[in-house]
Amino acid sequence: MIRFEHVSKNFSGHSSALSDITVEIKDGEFVFLIGPSGAGKTTFLRLLIRDQLPSEGKVFVDDWEIGTLHKSRIHLLRRKIGMVFQDFKLLMDRTVYENVALGLDILGKKQEEIDKRVLEVLDLVGLSDKHNLFPLQLAAGEMQRTGIARAIVGAPSILLADEPTGNLDQQTASDILTIFQQINSLGTTVIMATHNAGIVNDLKKRTIALKKGVMVSDEEKGRYRVSPKVKEKKSHEDD
Amino acid sequence: MIDIAWKHIRRSPYQAFAAVLSMFLTFLLGGIFFLTTVSSMLVLYYFESKPQITVFFTDKASADDATSLEKTLENSGKVASVKYVSKEDALAIYREQNKNDPLLLEMVTADILPASLEISAKDPKFLQELEPVIKEASGVEEVVYQKDVVDTLLMWTKAVRGIGIILASLLALDSILITMTIISMKIAIKRDEIDILKLLGASPWYIRGPFVLEGGFYGAVGALVAWCIIAGLVVWLRPFLLEFLGIVPTLESVLASPTSKEFLLSVGGFLGGLLGTGFLLGSFGSIVALGRYLKIE
Repeated sequence: MIRFEHVSKNFSGHSSALSDITVEIKDGEFVFLIGPSGAGKTTFLRLLIRDQLPSEGKVFVDDWEIGTLHKSRIHLLRRKIGMVFQDFKLLMDRTVYENVALGLDILGKKQEEIDKRVLEVLDLVGLSDKHNLFPLQLAAGEMQRTGIARAIVGAPSILLADEPTGNLDQQTASDILTIFQQINSLGTTVIMATHNAGIVNDLKKRTIALKKGVMVSDEEKGRYRVSPKVKEKKSHEDD
Repeated sequence: MIDIAWKHIRRSPYQAFAAVLSMFLTFLLGGIFFLTTVSSMLVLYYFESKPQITVFFTDKASADDATSLEKTLENSGKVASVKYVSKEDALAIYREQNKNDPLLLEMVTADILPASLEISAKDPKFLQELEPVIKEASGVEEVVYQKDVVDTLLMWTKAVRGIGIILASLLALDSILITMTIISMKIAIKRDEIDILKLLGASPWYIRGPFVLEGGFYGAVGALVAWCIIAGLVVWLRPFLLEFLGIVPTLESVLASPTSKEFLLSVGGFLGGLLGTGFLLGSFGSIVALGRYLKIE
């Protein structure tokens, strides 16, 4: 379970990245985190992996309070959470297999176990036939699948995805979302920060909307309401 | 972890070479000074263990003169041992020392060799107090003090040790700084990879370990190469070393044969010491760099 209790995050010289956020996400939920750039979505996710600390309030992941978590236990918290990034964050000098295996190697798993689990996960994300390729030999969607495989290979209870479809075309984004649904159906809590109104509206999952660090809505079957200004800009881009 | 460290090393051979070269020079010089210091200390201990004063008697002196002085000294409570060496004993020692030179043996008889007393004081400070007693004793011809030899040797040993410690320390500092610089560069190059590892939940040791091993590897390899050179030099110079260090029984037994158990144990122990110190020195350089440039949170 994830819980934010009156959480604010301020960066010196800037306005609040998050302001008085109180929210609870139960185990096994699929939640979209939406909002324009600068809304605080990434800060929300970074607080969960203790990449940042809250300025005020408390963040809980299961029974662990992030603010008081000792340095020596941070890596244990991060092992509970898989993270998928918009820019993939793959190691370019390692193959798909090695990138994914890294998630298990850091846990100290034996090689046979690593082999078995990596092949299972690569099969799940549809990359079984590309395990020997290096990231630069892959398409963007395949790189993101590799990132997802690496995030879930250690069977985390929570999966965070920060704009995972941001660099992908609509079809590939849809494929990635299908993988997230599959992972969620296995009991993993999924929190996905996104700009992609299409996938949010198609999936009709719980949606938390942020704007300038403030939580403006939290709906069970939320919709991404794109403002007229953005709609107009998007239609110009499409033309 | 070892394979990651090995990958780090293979991918930057020039940096690895620089670190190993620096470590090699440190251990070459440090090793040579260490052996020189140990040898000179063994020589020093040898001389210190010898009688501190040797009293030679005139030809006219009787055995009673020697016995009388021996008793006087023993009664003083300041001597650890007193040994009487008669003319016959002196001849036996002379014969043993010159057994390979028959000409010298032919020319010498017990008559021309002086009888003597070999005296060791309980404490060197008693030597001054014993001196007038010995000089005033009947039949004494000459008094030879081992102290002069020991003092000279001590001075040289101190000088060698002092210079060795200063030079080896400077070189060790240089090696640590070079290792530190190389590891710092590698941390900077691998910053993205380290960030990814942190986000994936890698433990601090999983991230730091390969860097520590890498530094340790540079130190150990530098030490190994230095050991090869030093061991080779010792084997090559063995006859020469044996000639002037052979008077010390410990060194004589070590240097007698390059295949003897004593020699192999000594060079093996020296190798172990150098490798261990090398690994620690390199690892220390890495740990300093990690503490300075890699904060894991």
